[in-house]
Amino acid sequence: MALKVENLTVYYQTLRGDVHALEHATFQIADGEIMGLAGESGCGKTTLGHSLIVLFPPMKYIGGQVWLDNEELPIWDSERMNAYRFHKVSLIPQYAMNAMNPIRKIGKMIQELLESRKVDYKEVLPELKRRLDLVALPHDVLQMYPIELSGGMKQRMVMVISSLLNPSLLIADEITSALDVATQKAVAEMLVEFRDRQFVKSMIVITHDISILYQVADSILIMYAGVLAEKAPTQSIIESPRHPYTRLLISSLPEVGVRFADKRLSGIPGNPPLLLDPPIGCRFRDRCPLAFERCLEEPPFIEVAKDHYVACWREFENHA
Amino acid sequence: MRRYLTRKILIYLLTFFLAVTIDWLIPRFMPGDPIRNMLARVSVASNASAIQMMYDYYARLFGLDLPLWQQYLNFWKALFQGNLGISTYLFPTPVIEVLKRAVPYDVFLLVPSILLAWYAGNNFGAFAARSKRLDNFVLPLSYVLTATPYMWLGILLAWFFGIVLGLFPIAGAYSFSLRPTWSWTFLLDLLHHWFLPFASLFIIDFGGWAIGMRNMIIYELEAEYSRYLTALGAPQHLIRRYAFNNAILPQITGLALKLGVIVAGALVTEVVFSYPGIGYLLLAAIQNQDYFLIQGCFLFIILGVLIANFVIDLVYIVVDPRTRRGMVGESA
Repeated sequence: MALKVENLTVYYQTLRGDVHALEHATFQIADGEIMGLAGESGCGKTTLGHSLIVLFPPMKYIGGQVWLDNEELPIWDSERMNAYRFHKVSLIPQYAMNAMNPIRKIGKMIQELLESRKVDYKEVLPELKRRLDLVALPHDVLQMYPIELSGGMKQRMVMVISSLLNPSLLIADEITSALDVATQKAVAEMLVEFRDRQFVKSMIVITHDISILYQVADSILIMYAGVLAEKAPTQSIIESPRHPYTRLLISSLPEVGVRFADKRLSGIPGNPPLLLDPPIGCRFRDRCPLAFERCLEEPPFIEVAKDHYVACWREFENHA
Repeated sequence: MRRYLTRKILIYLLTFFLAVTIDWLIPRFMPGDPIRNMLARVSVASNASAIQMMYDYYARLFGLDLPLWQQYLNFWKALFQGNLGISTYLFPTPVIEVLKRAVPYDVFLLVPSILLAWYAGNNFGAFAARSKRLDNFVLPLSYVLTATPYMWLGILLAWFFGIVLGLFPIAGAYSFSLRPTWSWTFLLDLLHHWFLPFASLFIIDFGGWAIGMRNMIIYELEAEYSRYLTALGAPQHLIRRYAFNNAILPQITGLALKLGVIVAGALVTEVVFSYPGIGYLLLAAIQNQDYFLIQGCFLFIILGVLIANFVIDLVYIVVDPRTRRGMVGESA
């Protein structure tokens, strides 16, 4: 088991009180698994991703534990966490376009970064060049400044840098959002390639674009309003979702071959709750067509079929 | 690269032309005229017709009897021959000679204060950005300092260190009892007189640079490349170094922009301390309506500011790779 997260709770400190951005997250990622993390804006997916590597104020660690390769990660202690960053856990940030120092040559920056982490640049260089080949970047980019690269090239460059030390867990945060569709596909394929070549053991791909996950992810974790709603293998999530939210979410996706002039694309009525003072019980209750009295209690996140976890009372009833 | 430089040089030449034209115009807009002033000072004769004769003679000598456009053309002609005219106030010394005596004092005062204040202010600002407590103390102090007029601080320093404590002389560039020689006694005396004017320029500029750098560093530490490095566990010193290297760029531009202000500040500081540089000279020239000396002083200031700006432009090409890229893009 590459990653094991138990009861992870992280709040944001604001002047108006704590925002309950992530509560009681419990899940696992197997070795070699690419897990997609999806949900609408503000549902806590980036909070979950960042809490595994860069838990800084205004994020506040409330509780829970994280194990990576059976070793507990001190995510609440930024100093101790430094030893794991880059080597064991790494991040491809959302802002890959601006992630490199604009006034350093890329190669020089990588060298300074590696040397500050006590890694010999000369030793890594051949591997670095092999990986540049893999993502179809010329070796010259090491002699260039970030401004000389296109957006897609910068994105690939950052992917190479982030995965350079073969981390056990790579968190890819909205990395396709700023790219055009063709480049999105190429980037997604590279993620799979990185896993297949065992550059990274397992991956969390954060996105709001489920169609991307369909291409790359082995499993998908759906979040809603700061809590986990459903986690299952990709096929199950797409074909037989169990949580009402997932079902509505999937049914909101456009399908190829359907003319939406004839059939209106349905959305989910209502808005997610504010997380400053979240409602008790199931957080989807107000928008859920299937809600009943039991939903006033918070549903646990339970495995209802093999590798299929759901947090919904209706679902438990059907199985009981 | 070549195209970039040619364009820059053209812009500087145009600026020079306009600035010098204004420089020529300004004294001529002043009420009164230099020759009457000169004659009044020597008060040669009480006879009105004698005064009129002398007036006509000197007006012809200085070329002030010609129509203005002719005077303007003559001025440029003379300038290209390196002739700045003859001072009416220090008649008959050529303006060039007067300036030559004053310029070393200016260089001696301006160059160290500008560069040291810039260097120290930037480093201190970057340092202050690290510590909340230091920041809380330094920020308001720097705001007060940078808003202080140069001469006012000069007067305060002169009063406190010169009169109350009696540690430093408050006027002149060296003691009246000494003559300029290359001896230790003289050099020490020179430094002793130099310190207060230097300090008043240094302290005010220091405050300004420290604020600028502190704000820039805080901004750069929030920048996305800093956050990425943090996420990859890079140590603080590397992130701070990158932030400093990025933050220094606007400070270099700032230096180019502020140069004029600093030079103007130095002029009034020299007046406060009776320091025999261009500023002190300029005041005397204005009081005596000495067209030629005013023109000469301003010409020196214009040249100084333009050359310094040009040097900063060149430095920028070296330190910011993005400017170099822009130049390649232009010529391509």
